[in-house]
Amino acid sequence: MAEKKSLFKEFSKGIVIENPVLRLVLGTCPTLATTTSVRSALGMGLAASIVLVCSNIVISALRKVIPSKVRIPAYIVVIASFVTIVQMLVKAFTPELDEQLGVFLPLIVVNCIILGRAEAFAGKNPVLASAVDGLGMGIGFTAALFLMGTVREVLGAGSFLGLSIPVLSQNPMLIFILPPGGFFVFGMLMACVNRLAESRGKPRAELRGCDACPMAATCKLHNEPKPEEPQEKEATA
Amino acid sequence: MAKRLTVSASPHVRSHETTTGIMLDVIIALVPALVMSAVYFGTRALCLAAVTVGSAVLCEYLSRRIMKRDNTLGDLSAVVTGLILAFNLPATLPLWMAAIGSVIAIVIVKQMFGGIGQNFVNPAITARIILMMSFPSAMAKWIVPFSSAWSPDAVTAATPMAILNASPDLSAAEGLPSLTQMLIGAHGGSMGEVCSVALLAGAFYLLLRRVISPAIPFSFIGTVAVIMLIAGKGNLQFLAYELLGGGLILGAFFMATDYSTSPINRKGRIIFGIGCGLITAVIRLFGSLPEGVSFSIILMNILVPHIERLTTSKPFGYEKPEKKKEEAQA
Repeated sequence: MAEKKSLFKEFSKGIVIENPVLRLVLGTCPTLATTTSVRSALGMGLAASIVLVCSNIVISALRKVIPSKVRIPAYIVVIASFVTIVQMLVKAFTPELDEQLGVFLPLIVVNCIILGRAEAFAGKNPVLASAVDGLGMGIGFTAALFLMGTVREVLGAGSFLGLSIPVLSQNPMLIFILPPGGFFVFGMLMACVNRLAESRGKPRAELRGCDACPMAATCKLHNEPKPEEPQEKEATA
Repeated sequence: MAKRLTVSASPHVRSHETTTGIMLDVIIALVPALVMSAVYFGTRALCLAAVTVGSAVLCEYLSRRIMKRDNTLGDLSAVVTGLILAFNLPATLPLWMAAIGSVIAIVIVKQMFGGIGQNFVNPAITARIILMMSFPSAMAKWIVPFSSAWSPDAVTAATPMAILNASPDLSAAEGLPSLTQMLIGAHGGSMGEVCSVALLAGAFYLLLRRVISPAIPFSFIGTVAVIMLIAGKGNLQFLAYELLGGGLILGAFFMATDYSTSPINRKGRIIFGIGCGLITAVIRLFGSLPEGVSFSIILMNILVPHIERLTTSKPFGYEKPEKKKEEAQA
């Protein structure tokens, strides 16, 4: 019974409370770059989610075989294999999406969300929990990208999924599909999700050092007694 | 006896300056240019100014209310922001776009960072830049003075800055207004920036009332003048066009001098002004945009904290410690 409840918790945390983009501030580079339209945002979200779930399962299955000293290269090899598969599939079935995502599709290999989940979760939890964690995080990532893509495409191009909206398409605010607008929408969404998480008693996602990190409870670095000087966790661009 | 003796903590001598008073002075200084823009661009210019001021005041009131903070309408800063924003827009701009500009200036740039004195960039300039990037064609529709700005097919013309950007050679530049026209403002441009004489009159009033210090505007305009003199190979006519054209006078006197976004010390202000001048000149000479005043001010606004750190004044009698160990910031 306890197992079932915690599985749901692992799944649901990735959607709002530990949303990888809006709360953990991971993977912001593909987030800002691919949300200029809903279509490419969804494509990016789904591609990354598939890789995340698959790599979480494999890494979790291999967690007792991989020596901890070489775990990062081992994780990267696993992730890179899945990214290659996904990239080939996208190229074969939706070439226009491949064109839209460009370099960001192969760059999923070094996406901090995927490596972060491998390091923080899949590397020390059983297969089922890791798969569910990956699924929740993937949905959280896709949802964040979809929201950002929607706001940016509706306001910046006056369309939704390529269908033009009557009034808005006459004078779209171009800035929303430019980088400054991306940062602005990102900040606004982050503020909203912070508010939501705060109402549930979670700390805000701010650069306040390790203590304020939403992942503090599960973080290895944070909970171990620190031999060296305290490290500050930085937001990864 | 007890009534005659007032015991209180310092300060004991206070100046009578208030934020409202300063803002009122700025509004008075802006009036001549507003009148001239009404002369050149008709009632449409006044209408645009009314919309930006009205929506700025409304945004200020609503955002203070929603954020449950004190009402700050009385300090008139929202009126000034709205008025300066209107000065930065072409007179033909659709009114709803102008209102969006006010929302950006007041809600996003000013109130989200804590209201008056807390904004780190100039609200009006940021709003102008965002509008310029969002609606590039509407923000570049400069009409010829005295043609009706209300009609959709008003006669448009390139601004002197755009003409100079296309052909830097004065003799080859076509359609360039004469220098007298440049001075009195009978040329295309943003509604408040065209009439240099009116702006200078307002600036003189502000300097006289000591609302603004001369350090920023003079170092700003001086830097642009020096660079343009070199770039024009000593051609004084070219220099005059560069100084009178575009938003240089408006920017240097009314926007770069904004208290919350400019350095406190004179030394810092001079660095700030020189930086603004440098960036303006570089954008005008080498950039693809014809005008760079707004970008130069916003970029230097962002650098203000660093300038302040470099130019902190030493307290009286301060001695430098032997070896100052930098404390790592948490």
